[in-house]
Amino acid sequence: MTWLFEPGWWANGTVRTALVVGGIVAVTSAVVGIFTVMRGQSFAGHALTDVATAGGAGAFLAGVGPLLGFVGGGVLGAGAMDAIGVQRVKGRDIATGVVLGAAMGLAALFLFLSARTSSATGATQLVLFGSIFTVSPSTLPEVSWLSGAVLVTMALVARPLLLSSLSVELAAARGIRLRAVGLIFMVALAVAVGMSAIVIGAILSTALLIGPPASALRVARRVGSAVALAAGLGVLATWVGVLLAYDSYYWSASHRSLPVSFFVVVVIVAEYALASVLRRRTRRVPTAVVEPEGWT
Amino acid sequence: MSARDLSHDSSQGLLEVRHVNVSVEGRDILRDVNFSIKHGEFTGLIGSNGAGKTTLFRVILGIQEHASGEVLLHGEPLTRANRSIGYVPQKVLFDPDLPIRARDLVALGSDGHRYGLRRRPRALHEAVDEMLDAVDAGAFADRRVGGLSGGEQQRVLIAHSLISRPELLLLDEPLANLDPGSVQEIIALLHRVSQRQRVAILLSAHEMNPLLPVMDRIVYVANGHVASGTTDEVVRPSVLSELYGHHVDVLRVHGRVLVVATALPVGPAPNDQHPEFVVE
Repeated sequence: MTWLFEPGWWANGTVRTALVVGGIVAVTSAVVGIFTVMRGQSFAGHALTDVATAGGAGAFLAGVGPLLGFVGGGVLGAGAMDAIGVQRVKGRDIATGVVLGAAMGLAALFLFLSARTSSATGATQLVLFGSIFTVSPSTLPEVSWLSGAVLVTMALVARPLLLSSLSVELAAARGIRLRAVGLIFMVALAVAVGMSAIVIGAILSTALLIGPPASALRVARRVGSAVALAAGLGVLATWVGVLLAYDSYYWSASHRSLPVSFFVVVVIVAEYALASVLRRRTRRVPTAVVEPEGWT
Repeated sequence: MSARDLSHDSSQGLLEVRHVNVSVEGRDILRDVNFSIKHGEFTGLIGSNGAGKTTLFRVILGIQEHASGEVLLHGEPLTRANRSIGYVPQKVLFDPDLPIRARDLVALGSDGHRYGLRRRPRALHEAVDEMLDAVDAGAFADRRVGGLSGGEQQRVLIAHSLISRPELLLLDEPLANLDPGSVQEIIALLHRVSQRQRVAILLSAHEMNPLLPVMDRIVYVANGHVASGTTDEVVRPSVLSELYGHHVDVLRVHGRVLVVATALPVGPAPNDQHPEFVVE
């Protein structure tokens, strides 16, 4: 197995941290991502990672912890989108676009200032493309409790959120407070993408948020199994990505590791392709419906 | 002109709509609407597209803003999202990719508003099966709702709204976009359900003819006003002319009812020589 697990893999603390933190973030992204895809809020999900980016860049500039910056930025962005009108389907894209534009501008400013005030030329690289191998073990508790909070929140609002994702009219008729449930979800989404932005970078956190859930939704027939499958696919993509990135150090004589985000996304895309093939297979098989007597 | 309740029966109804006015952005949608619905009755809410039928449903459900007047259930003012009222909205389209089976949607009719993820009790699963059978949806209970036909989705939505055992079921244009066979099946199904479960039905449609055999009462909406009573009381030239604000005739042909209006004058045509055309 040494061809797969290169020397030092099992003893490497950085790798272990990457696997644990990456796994936690992948599960959280998958759970939130299922609802993001079902609600058609992928664009908002992506925009929130860019807002988180601005927060991350701001944190880098201010010298505070990057996790605080990413998550704080995302939550502020979610609040701004809600205030502008994300709860109305028509207003969603507008609110998302406005907040996205503002966030990208801020991120550009913060990164520019960071590059001038410090020698941190890696700031852009770090904020945009992430750094799972530079995640400090000390962030593990923070990531754990944030993920726990997101998962508990999702479990609490799961049914009202599901019904309002199916039909706002059905949900409103049941007395579900659409705006409150929508805002709670947006905040959970912001925290989830803020965390994944740290791990695989702001640009690719969308891949982890949308990819595994989209694959799971192609084949699962129940929400519960879709969530479980998406979590499994997300963790698999993250771990395989980490492994391949680690191995890539030994692939060339120059000993330069390829970026982990690249490998994670390759696996996610492969999973989606496979799910689409499976979906087409199951569709071709005609479902045998036993017709009751006297059925016309 | 005020809205008219033409029934002479003054007994306590299940639902009373009194002096309801709705205006949106300065435009009057509904003006002084009055009618009542009795236990277990089948009422047709008839009016053309844009007449305010959906708005009236939203008022009854307590989710319409800028509405005045009273809606009473058992003589008591309605609270928001009353469990005694079931609702099947218009044009619900389910994405084929949604991992929701027909039976999951029906179960959400019972616990979709609840927070938390408690395990569903066995009694709920039994109630879901019972509801699916009641609407002849047992055969596709385990298929995704997004992959079902319009008529099949309509049955599942009816089961979804009936599982909370409402006393009143509101259905917004459930017959639109269905083929004639499905229309007859859904009407027969609703008639059966209303009698077996003693649930009153208020069903909106722009075409009254398919409903004539089952309707106990009719609520006719036009021009922001409403007239209600039995079909014979309401669908008359005098009543509908007052409602529309201009003269209409009611023709009965082969058991069908046609409401025929005189055209508004175009240009300098003399007022007493309107060509006739059919609005319904």
